[in-house]
Amino acid sequence: MITINVVMALTVGVLYGVGFTLLLSRSLMRVLIGVVVLGHGTNLLLQLAGGPPGRPPIVGTAPPESFADPLPQALALTAIVITFALTTFLLALGYRAFVLVGHDEVQDDVEDRRIARQKVPSAPLESGDGSDDAEQDLERADDEVEAEAARGRDRS
Amino acid sequence: MTTVLTLPVLLPMLGAAVTVVGSRSAALQRVVGIVVLTAVAVLAAVLLVAADERGPVVAELGGWAAPVGIALVADRLSALLLLVSTLVTLAVLVYAIDQRIADYGRGTASTTFHPMYLMLCAGVSLAYLTGDLFTLFVAFELMLTASYVLITRRTGASRIPAGMTYVTVSLLSSLLFLTAIALVYAATGTVNLADLAERIGTLPGGVQSVLGLMLLVVFGIKAAIVPLHFWLPDSYPNAPGPVAALFAGLLTKVSFYALLRTETLLFSRDKPWTLLLVLAVATMLVGALGALVQNDLNRLLSFLLVSHIGFMLFGLAVFDAAALSGAALYAAHHITVLATLFLVSGLITRRTGTVSLDEMGGLARSSPGLAVLFAIPAMTLAGIPPTAGFVAKLALLQAGAAAGLGPQVVAGVVILASLLTLYALVRVWVRVFWGKPRPPRPDEDPTDEVLVGTARTSMPMYAATAGLVAVSLAIAVFAGPLTVLTGRAGVDLIDRTPYVDAVLGAQEGR
Repeated sequence: MITINVVMALTVGVLYGVGFTLLLSRSLMRVLIGVVVLGHGTNLLLQLAGGPPGRPPIVGTAPPESFADPLPQALALTAIVITFALTTFLLALGYRAFVLVGHDEVQDDVEDRRIARQKVPSAPLESGDGSDDAEQDLERADDEVEAEAARGRDRS
Repeated sequence: MTTVLTLPVLLPMLGAAVTVVGSRSAALQRVVGIVVLTAVAVLAAVLLVAADERGPVVAELGGWAAPVGIALVADRLSALLLLVSTLVTLAVLVYAIDQRIADYGRGTASTTFHPMYLMLCAGVSLAYLTGDLFTLFVAFELMLTASYVLITRRTGASRIPAGMTYVTVSLLSSLLFLTAIALVYAATGTVNLADLAERIGTLPGGVQSVLGLMLLVVFGIKAAIVPLHFWLPDSYPNAPGPVAALFAGLLTKVSFYALLRTETLLFSRDKPWTLLLVLAVATMLVGALGALVQNDLNRLLSFLLVSHIGFMLFGLAVFDAAALSGAALYAAHHITVLATLFLVSGLITRRTGTVSLDEMGGLARSSPGLAVLFAIPAMTLAGIPPTAGFVAKLALLQAGAAAGLGPQVVAGVVILASLLTLYALVRVWVRVFWGKPRPPRPDEDPTDEVLVGTARTSMPMYAATAGLVAVSLAIAVFAGPLTVLTGRAGVDLIDRTPYVDAVLGAQEGR
């Protein structure tokens, strides 16, 4: 078990916070920056897992406790290379989305779109109080699903 | 034995290099791919026999003994899953090669497909064989990076967003994995799994829970456990047939294997894990109910894939030797059957030119062979006796019934989810194979590899699918010896000492 100082812990926390916030946005470019920031946070955490910063590397003879732990540095180096490669891949993907689609925004979920489409025709028929309306909407949506299924059966 | 243990990783990597260098010659790429994967399958069989007879096989990379160096370990569970996975990758490669020949002609080589396919296989082998948490991360990255390329290559405007979702979610889970590794290292000072097995037990309970839950979230995203499954039904249906079959067969199962390995080896427990039981119920029901309302054949299969992850999760949640044995058997069965179903779906899609169930019909008359190839894996997945699915499900149910009230209730849900699976597949059967035959829809977008209405299929594509059906049937025929084997694997997983002794004892013996 090792302990880390508050400044470092806060830095890691802020990087994670910023990274996750950016990941939640729709534009792939923001998501990409989020991944990069999150990767920095992770690599910093990996470094801190090896002990407090500022210790010398393993050179010469001295008690082993006074050296910096080289393993987390090796792990972080590997992780940096991997995140670097994937960042370029995401950039290329974002560019292709931009060329092909004209924007790089994440679309709505297929299922969500289908449910939204089912409800639209029956929405503004009457304006009673909310709960009844919602129930009727649901029933209407159900009817439509059943009708759709029946059509499917007829066809097959 | 060191050579035998490293070759399943090295051979596909070398093969990938050769296919890049020889990217002008399509024939060379095909031969290299098939020869390499056949060799890996033979090596996996050798490892399985050796691990079953003499206990876990260990190799120390670079001559550094564990826990300092990186160890490769093949025990009964990893060798069995490696063998089954390699048979699946081999069959899917044969299918993919012939689909490419049917679509682009015999002389067309690819600079990306073959190298990425073999790199993915190298990553899968490494993930099964590694005895080191960080190497597991590298193996996952190897596998996933190859899969990013495979899922986004040759995609049109309509499929780019699906690829983006897949890449982003996988990247997030990888970064969380890295975070978990950092926390594990900070707490224990090692990333060797056998060493961790001894050290994590001495940590305070709270720290143990945090680490265990972190790994559960990481592998939960990768294995598509509800509520972390949302990305899978959106991305897999957008991959071309063979690639979807490869992903459905392997990626989630490798993640489940990693979950099984870490949770049993590092966080041993002596009674059922309630959280995982709840997740298993949610996964089984959400997946099965989601499959019932789908009209897209590949989305339907993706939801069934999610549902059946829950079955394996149930085996892990019960956490005794019998249940883990059932989970191992179920994983082996699940790898073959899901890959087969996605390959069959690829064949159906080529015949009909659509993935929409509403627009298919009458295939039983126009191609009866395809109907047989669909019916057998469908019955296997639903678990109808005497198929492999029944054998695996029976092992899980018996273990669950003997493990107390909670697991017994979940065992009931297992039966319910099996019935829902059967209903979903019967629905597919009625809509696709019965009814009036329809002419195939024309190929609207020739650059799009998912919807190909050309009806161009070749005998090897059917033969590869039939080969996988045969593997699945073989699991049923040899259910007796296999159950004994996975039974011993389950005892090993609970006992932990064979694995730990094999890795750390190798160091004392030097």
